[in-house]
Amino acid sequence: MKNARIRVLVAKPGLDGHDRGAKVIARALRDAGMEVIYTGLRQTPEQIVETAIQEDVNVIGLSILSGAHMYLFPKIMELLTEKDAADILVIAGGIIPNEDIIELKKIGIKEIFTPGTDTNKIVEFIKENIKIA
Amino acid sequence: MDYQERNRIEEVKKDWESNSLNKVLKKFSERKKTFVTGSNKEVNRLYDPLDLEKFDYIDDLGYPGEYPYTRGVQPTMYRGRLWTMRQYAGFGDAEESNKRYKYLLKNGQTGLSIAFDLPTQIGYDSSHPMAHGEVGKVGVAIDTLEDMEILFNGIPLDQVSTSMTINAPAAVLLAMYIAIAEKQGIPKTKLNGTIQNDILKEYIARGTYIFPPLPSMRLITDIFDYCSEELPKWNTISISGYHIREAGATAIQEIAFTLANGISYVTAATEKGLDIDIFAPRLSFFFNAHNDLFEEVAKFRAARRLWAKIMKERFGAKDAKSMMLRFHTQTAGCTLTAQQPDNNVVRVAIQALAAVLGGTQSLHTNSRDEALSLPSQKSVRIALRTQQIIAYESGVAETVDPMAGSYYLEKLTTEIEEGAMDYINQIDKLGGAPKAIERGFIQREIQNSAYKYQKDIENKERIIVGVNQFQSEEEPMKDLLKVNPEIEKRQVEKLSKVKEKRNEEEVQKNLNQLKEIAGSEHNVMPAILDCVRSYATLGEICDQLRAVFGEYKDSIKI
Repeated sequence: MKNARIRVLVAKPGLDGHDRGAKVIARALRDAGMEVIYTGLRQTPEQIVETAIQEDVNVIGLSILSGAHMYLFPKIMELLTEKDAADILVIAGGIIPNEDIIELKKIGIKEIFTPGTDTNKIVEFIKENIKIA
Repeated sequence: MDYQERNRIEEVKKDWESNSLNKVLKKFSERKKTFVTGSNKEVNRLYDPLDLEKFDYIDDLGYPGEYPYTRGVQPTMYRGRLWTMRQYAGFGDAEESNKRYKYLLKNGQTGLSIAFDLPTQIGYDSSHPMAHGEVGKVGVAIDTLEDMEILFNGIPLDQVSTSMTINAPAAVLLAMYIAIAEKQGIPKTKLNGTIQNDILKEYIARGTYIFPPLPSMRLITDIFDYCSEELPKWNTISISGYHIREAGATAIQEIAFTLANGISYVTAATEKGLDIDIFAPRLSFFFNAHNDLFEEVAKFRAARRLWAKIMKERFGAKDAKSMMLRFHTQTAGCTLTAQQPDNNVVRVAIQALAAVLGGTQSLHTNSRDEALSLPSQKSVRIALRTQQIIAYESGVAETVDPMAGSYYLEKLTTEIEEGAMDYINQIDKLGGAPKAIERGFIQREIQNSAYKYQKDIENKERIIVGVNQFQSEEEPMKDLLKVNPEIEKRQVEKLSKVKEKRNEEEVQKNLNQLKEIAGSEHNVMPAILDCVRSYATLGEICDQLRAVFGEYKDSIKI
């Protein structure tokens, strides 16, 4: 497949309205040549998984700063498995304490980027983990 | 400045440039080609009287407590009374938050600031499916009047001033506050405090909207109207630049978009027939204190001057209190780093200093661990102590507006005022703030600034200590606050118990009455009060309003 571009869903699960980070990252990924879909605010895990499948994305980037990640992220991971979409690379960012990062990686979230992360690092991480022929 | 004086300075300056300056520049170039403020405005090598040629002391500054209030809204400022030290707090359930408030009051805090959890802010009960995982996380969960009774247990409402960060359902939370005052036997006229009640910035930056703009504005003007009669000491709105800045705006954009929103509220209220000099004295503002010390001080002064002019010249306000911009400040959460978190104490101190030098009426200082989690009790204490050190040890509170007359500061103040005015003119051309928001203009401007800020950090054009320079290996921070995961279950159980106890018939009658009034021209406040008194839930009340007003849906552009 020539010229295939990595497709990314940037998603804001839950009621959190802090979307500066999500929007900055969406733009950085787009500038790096990826196709980016941004969900907007207040998405349920069901909505996120459904959009990811419909849009046939390679990556889901979850952003949350409200502290609800330990409920919402596992729910999203469960639904992905249930819908046979566990091959989608899931990464996350936000205000996420260290001990939670360990737990979240155990359930299959590949990387968690905390405040201060260089967007180039996220771009590189995605490119390393998604190989489109 | 007279002609002779200017010539003399120009001559000496020329000499200085050709002799002293150029000699040094030939040997050593400066660190950077151009220097900029925190908001990317170019900064000159130095400022002198030539930069303030058009400056007029009386017109531009005047005396504190007098128009245009550049030097402050009080003649004696902090010599009379220090600013209110008001730490934003709340988490878990009402019992836990009540304990934190009592702790803060015992430690010398002088006002309360209530943080509500997201379901409360968006008008969902703790049992709503969208509330799962969010109950008690970023603030306290409030479902019914009973939760508010517990929240303020042992805190006499006539002895504190209470600020509530609540917007879309502000009328409901205010009604609950009034209802507890009734139970404590305190007359409404003695209630002192603020509701944020600023919906426009929710569409722009903060995201806790419920209803579309038009009915939201109606709720706000209903509150203005009700309070001007019933709660004369209550600040009916806190027009907020804080979140606009956190979303990535520059200092100029923060002032411009906040005042543009302010203009919209004043316009809506006067169009409804309210008298400007009755409601405008109760308008208050809320700003951010970011890293660039001088730019921030200038920003606060510029905001005061610009608002005074807008109120006087554009709206024809007569009462001096209508022209005074009174504001709360919070240090900039977005500047806190997860790396080397103890360094945040220093950032917060500089930002807090800017707020005080800028003449704030109240201040929240952030805690060092907030890029990692909700703040721990120990971190909150350091943050409060930081304010106390500025107040009692630094000496900056001993004279009014101590930085006035600095060539750089006055130049910056004027530049920020002019830059903000340019934006306000653009927004006026688009038809006002609600239209500019609808078209995504304000959001786009902020996003562009946010992206540039991030790229500047990545290109090292902007240095953040511990993030893109001076990094060091460190142990992860310990003792972070964790919200008890049982809270949600407990809160849902408590809610169902309240529902069992209450008089269902009365609740339904009150809810139906509210729906009817929401669909009419009448003020909704009395009907909401009846609902909360009968222990109708926040979610039930908001659902009645949703049924009449509809819900707002964000149209996203990136």
